[in-house]
Amino acid sequence: MNRCAVVGIGQTRHAQKRTDVSIAGLCREAALRALEDAELTFRDIDAVVLGKAPDMFEGIMMPELYLADALGAVGKPMIRVHTAGSVGGSTALVAAHLVQAGVRKRVLAVAFEKQSESDAMWALSPKLPFQPPLMAGAGGYFAPIIRAYMKRSGAPDEVGMLVAVKDRLNALKNPYAHLQMPDITLDTVRASPMLWDPIRYLETCPSSDGACAVVLTDEDGGRRAARKPAWLWGAAMRSEPTMFSGRNLVDPRAGRDCAADLYAQAGITNPRQEIDVAELYVPFSWFEPMWLENLGFAEQNQGWRLTADGVTALDGDLPINPSGGVMSSNPIGASGLLRFAEAALQVRGLAGAHQVDGAKVAMGHAYGGGSQYFAMWIVGSEPR
Amino acid sequence: MSARREVAIVSYAQTSFAPHTKLNDAELVMEAVTAALERAQLPRKQIGFCVSGSSDYLTGMPFSFVGALDAVGAWPPIQESHVEMDGAWALYEAWVRLLHGDIDTALVYAFGRSSLGDLQDVLVAQLDPYYLAPLGVDPNSLAALQARALLDTGRASERDFAEVATRCKRTAGGAPLDAPYVVSPLRAHDCPPVNDGAAAIVLAAGDRARALCKRPAWIRGIDHRIEAHSLGARDLTRSSSTTLAAVEAGVHTAPIEIAELHAPYSHQELIVKEALQLGDGVRINPSGGALAANPLMVAGLARIGEAAQQILDDNARRTLGHATSGPCLQQNLVCVMEASS
Repeated sequence: MNRCAVVGIGQTRHAQKRTDVSIAGLCREAALRALEDAELTFRDIDAVVLGKAPDMFEGIMMPELYLADALGAVGKPMIRVHTAGSVGGSTALVAAHLVQAGVRKRVLAVAFEKQSESDAMWALSPKLPFQPPLMAGAGGYFAPIIRAYMKRSGAPDEVGMLVAVKDRLNALKNPYAHLQMPDITLDTVRASPMLWDPIRYLETCPSSDGACAVVLTDEDGGRRAARKPAWLWGAAMRSEPTMFSGRNLVDPRAGRDCAADLYAQAGITNPRQEIDVAELYVPFSWFEPMWLENLGFAEQNQGWRLTADGVTALDGDLPINPSGGVMSSNPIGASGLLRFAEAALQVRGLAGAHQVDGAKVAMGHAYGGGSQYFAMWIVGSEPR
Repeated sequence: MSARREVAIVSYAQTSFAPHTKLNDAELVMEAVTAALERAQLPRKQIGFCVSGSSDYLTGMPFSFVGALDAVGAWPPIQESHVEMDGAWALYEAWVRLLHGDIDTALVYAFGRSSLGDLQDVLVAQLDPYYLAPLGVDPNSLAALQARALLDTGRASERDFAEVATRCKRTAGGAPLDAPYVVSPLRAHDCPPVNDGAAAIVLAAGDRARALCKRPAWIRGIDHRIEAHSLGARDLTRSSSTTLAAVEAGVHTAPIEIAELHAPYSHQELIVKEALQLGDGVRINPSGGALAANPLMVAGLARIGEAAQQILDDNARRTLGHATSGPCLQQNLVCVMEASS
């Protein structure tokens, strides 16, 4: 398998409504920034991979067709990925696959969502068998899973609030982040309305318009990169069914299997020690401790202790979501790619005010569907 | 670049492409996937990578591919991906993944139930949302613009269109030129039917392919290209993306015996055939092509499957499968297959 490097990263300013740009304009904002970072132009790109969550969010069927022009794809191969909420991560992986297979040399991966074009909550309220049709968005689906985790682990109520505050304070250091809440405290989170018990308003992600773009190259491109590249050490995806009797929704096996595959590729035996920083897909605050366990950073039912002890803070031993994460910006289709891109920014040393000192190995993580689709990568400051 | 791993299609299966199915997406996929795996005698647990193609806009609900995955049986968890495109592009993704060398088999499937809505309305949502979709121009009208442009060049006539339709639809007595226009210059025989269906292909690499299949259809070259969306930004009478993909896929390095072209409208077969520079000796669409059955999101993968089947059945040594997507042949994929490795 060929080596793959991340040589360019771009993202938009994320906001509740980006009425100043069209959908194409939003995607171009990210793509042009990624190309500028790589000191490349559309002409240098061999293939374009576009990812986004359901087409119904914007009301355009297969929008890659209309976006071909805006993303410089005319005359080139263009692929459109959709793997539910993990799609941003899958987009990066499909692009990386092209480079790793030796089929293309330079690939542009772009993911976006312009949530203000519709009300995504209803697209996220599908009727599931054996369940009352009262899902009311993703929160309705995930709240019982969070309750189960709280009960199993005995974690104090406050852990979710700690994540909510930490991620929003991190976002203050990220000029692209949607939510900018300098005054947020545990008290304001506690006082915010209960949306889906136990998920409070300030413990949930926002709805954002935004896009992210990444330029991936082969080894030669990485060696000649304009700025320090990030090197791909491992890439993995896993899926499991939405529901069956006995399924562990708190700690899904697909996530564990995906991480195990990833660590094997990256030569990592102790993720807690060997990974410097991780950008995890945390749309509801409690998913931080849940994923810490699922990904092997903590023993079962112990993940919350890392959060409570400040290990996952920006100045902690294992910073999680220094960018502010999904809790601060959630253009759904782009959210996974943002995690992957932020991980790469960290090992390139280009994360600005939310840079983790000395980060050499970073993880990007995305999940989707009913905690059933996983996409992950590990990037390093040096090739492996 | 090091020598590429050899990848082949070892089995193909499809459901019937009926005007309307009573099955749901997962049941449709189950039928196609089970048949393809049985033909290859490959147990579900031995699939290395799984990838599918479909569109939520046909089913009319978000995440429709999630439920269809039940037909595969994703437990224990599997390596799996999905494109919101015709299954032909899923096949491309599987081919790329098999080149990595760590897995030897892949399952590709596509499904689509076009009958659930009115395609003439649904496909309007596929157009540029700012400049084109508000005009409400339906797919038949877009195709008619293209057909008119082709007639205006003098390179084809309405009789040529009818001849394509007669061959593909096997119309007794020929497609009548005195039939009324659906949208001038297209008649009913020039337009695709509405169909539901699913199709599945099993891919395997190297010796695994030889073990699974007596006569694998080896993928000699596969490439796809996209053109500008705006109709005014391209020559509708030429398919430059098909031509480019054909060169990249190595179409012209040896004669093609059978070509399955994804041309939903009769005039599009003429445009694609010309773009591929296929001579008169090439058999085009013995399956009837998309004019005979056009399950959206499936019809492109089915062209590759049909072209592969000709090799699997020892009817040909070198075949071509083509898939298209978007209004007026905006995006095209070309896959060349051969009997010998």
